[in-house]
Amino acid sequence: MQPISVITGRIVALPVQDIDTDQIIPARYLKVTDKSGLAEGLFYAWRFDADGKPNPDFVLNRPEAQGATILVAGRNFGCGSSREHAPWALQGYGFKAVISPYFADIFRNNALKNGLLTVQVDEDAYQRLVRLFEEDPTAEVTIDLAAQTVTLPDGWQTCFPIDPFTKHCLLHGVDQLGFLLNEEAAIAAYEASHPARVVTTARS
Amino acid sequence: MPRTLFDKIWDAHIVRPQTAETPAVLYIDLHLIHEVTSPQAFTELRRRGLKVRRPDRTLATMDHSTPTTPRGPDGIIPVVDAQAAAQLRQLEQNCAEFGIPLFALGSEYQGIVHVIGPELGLTQPGMTIVCGDSHTSTHGAFGALAFGIGTSEVAHVLATQCLLQNRPKTMEVRIDGRLGPGVTAKDIILAIIAQYGVGAGTGHVFEYTGETIRALSMEERMTICNMSIEGGARAGMIAPDDTTFEYIAGRPFAPKGKAWDEAVAYWRTLPTDEGAVYDRTITLDASQLKPMITYGTNPGMGMPIDGRIPMPEELPDPAARQALDKALRYMDLRPGQPLLGHKIDVVFLGSCTNSRISDLRLAASILKGRKVADGVRMMVVPGSQQVKKQAEAEGLDKIFRDAGAEWREAGCSACLGMNDDKVPPGKYAVSTSNRNFEGRQGPGARTFLASPLTAVASAIEGVVADPRKYV
Repeated sequence: MQPISVITGRIVALPVQDIDTDQIIPARYLKVTDKSGLAEGLFYAWRFDADGKPNPDFVLNRPEAQGATILVAGRNFGCGSSREHAPWALQGYGFKAVISPYFADIFRNNALKNGLLTVQVDEDAYQRLVRLFEEDPTAEVTIDLAAQTVTLPDGWQTCFPIDPFTKHCLLHGVDQLGFLLNEEAAIAAYEASHPARVVTTARS
Repeated sequence: MPRTLFDKIWDAHIVRPQTAETPAVLYIDLHLIHEVTSPQAFTELRRRGLKVRRPDRTLATMDHSTPTTPRGPDGIIPVVDAQAAAQLRQLEQNCAEFGIPLFALGSEYQGIVHVIGPELGLTQPGMTIVCGDSHTSTHGAFGALAFGIGTSEVAHVLATQCLLQNRPKTMEVRIDGRLGPGVTAKDIILAIIAQYGVGAGTGHVFEYTGETIRALSMEERMTICNMSIEGGARAGMIAPDDTTFEYIAGRPFAPKGKAWDEAVAYWRTLPTDEGAVYDRTITLDASQLKPMITYGTNPGMGMPIDGRIPMPEELPDPAARQALDKALRYMDLRPGQPLLGHKIDVVFLGSCTNSRISDLRLAASILKGRKVADGVRMMVVPGSQQVKKQAEAEGLDKIFRDAGAEWREAGCSACLGMNDDKVPPGKYAVSTSNRNFEGRQGPGARTFLASPLTAVASAIEGVVADPRKYV
């Protein structure tokens, strides 16, 4: 994974709470066996009308939202299913970070495993970002992972939490599967001292 | 120090403890996989030249993208959707290459992943169980720590049988009081989510406690734990007891003989100790519950069946009022409106929430000798081939067919709109599944979540109906 340190970009605000993963990417797009074509399904039902034409009222279709790399969304973003296709679709569309008052647990895990930064800010900062997009959609916001800050063009700043391990992995491009594979000796020792109750899942 | 059920299972699976800098390395006892969230994980294994570390602790089935149409004369369930067929073939190939046992479409133990684990006796107290599916919380009904993971983590478990995890917080969900007639486990969990919200459990593991929970069967407990994720909790657990042990005994993968006695002795040590502390406790008085139904586009937008949709001014904040407005526009409903008597088009009885034999028995007991109303399509989709076989042995399929309902093959079906079973655009469904999100059951579909009893009562009347008059 590519290391991440600072993300600077335009924001687009989708001020809706509880945006579920079925909205981010409908299940019918999940029949792929790779990660291709997912951006096409991103927010499909909101981006397109029943005939498949772009819905001009949806914020991502508005001219001022083009090229935005940071999504600002209401609380409990990514609730619902465990589909990692949701962060894949957001990244495929061009997003590098999502800012929200809080994230659903599985979505946050999936996003961070792929280098899509989930930035949890308080309600005041969230409202400020939504207003900023309404007032000046060309404004650029800077997310500094090392400092754990979000900075607005006027210099206003807020902090965000991130667990130290995830931060370390993102900053240095550490491969978490590689990290786990290095635990081989400890895993083998655990298995030796904890025999399985179900000896095998194969039918005898 | 007294410990909770969660603490005991967590502690027993620590390969390397959590530190200030690193999460815990947590050992996984059972990894369930299906066709939708695993292909990219196998690709990652191949890319790195890795094997599946413990195929003997991994089990695959096909459920999400599979059709549930009746078998052809050759006994085969036809897969018409070419993309779904390719995904199913990919799972077959992956399982063959990596040595993972698979219950393929149409085979004797195939079914929804969260139905077959318990049914086979693979789901046992004290285990850690994961699957690339958020409803893995279902297995917590047995006193297991079970949660959904994404595809990156599926690859982690395939390769190492472990996950990197930070310890979550615990929340006791205490439910006391005796359920009234016609009020079921589904109504309990819908009421909890309606009262506390879809984000209440974020960062927490639920443990359901209280006299109401103790009195429930295993299948009812699974219905409750299944929807923990709809309350924001990745996992929901219930302490194992004699009800649990009786359910597991004799199942294909259950311990036998001396091993059984040892297992039960261990399982009896798992319940939360007297004096153990949860990070938070919430409560529900089950004696006051009525059958529940949802009116909106998340499972927290629920109310008693005879209630009225809230007025915006009754809601706590502008964001919630905006969410209600958006939901009601999608549903084409109005604030203050009752749902009783609202015309419906589809009834779906199925999903990992409510497709087990007890759900089908309950539904059939009311439908027997009655008819599904004209203009209503009722789909009955057993959770597994074993459930289907059992139902047919009891003649339940005949009751459903005689009433005018469709009796289908096992799978996720119309729960998630990724196979052929969908609710048409703009149509209303009473569904026993777990999510009423916009478009969840098909583009433009409008979902009312409810119990199997409410679903059947509504099927009979052709409108949203109160099941209490039938019980």
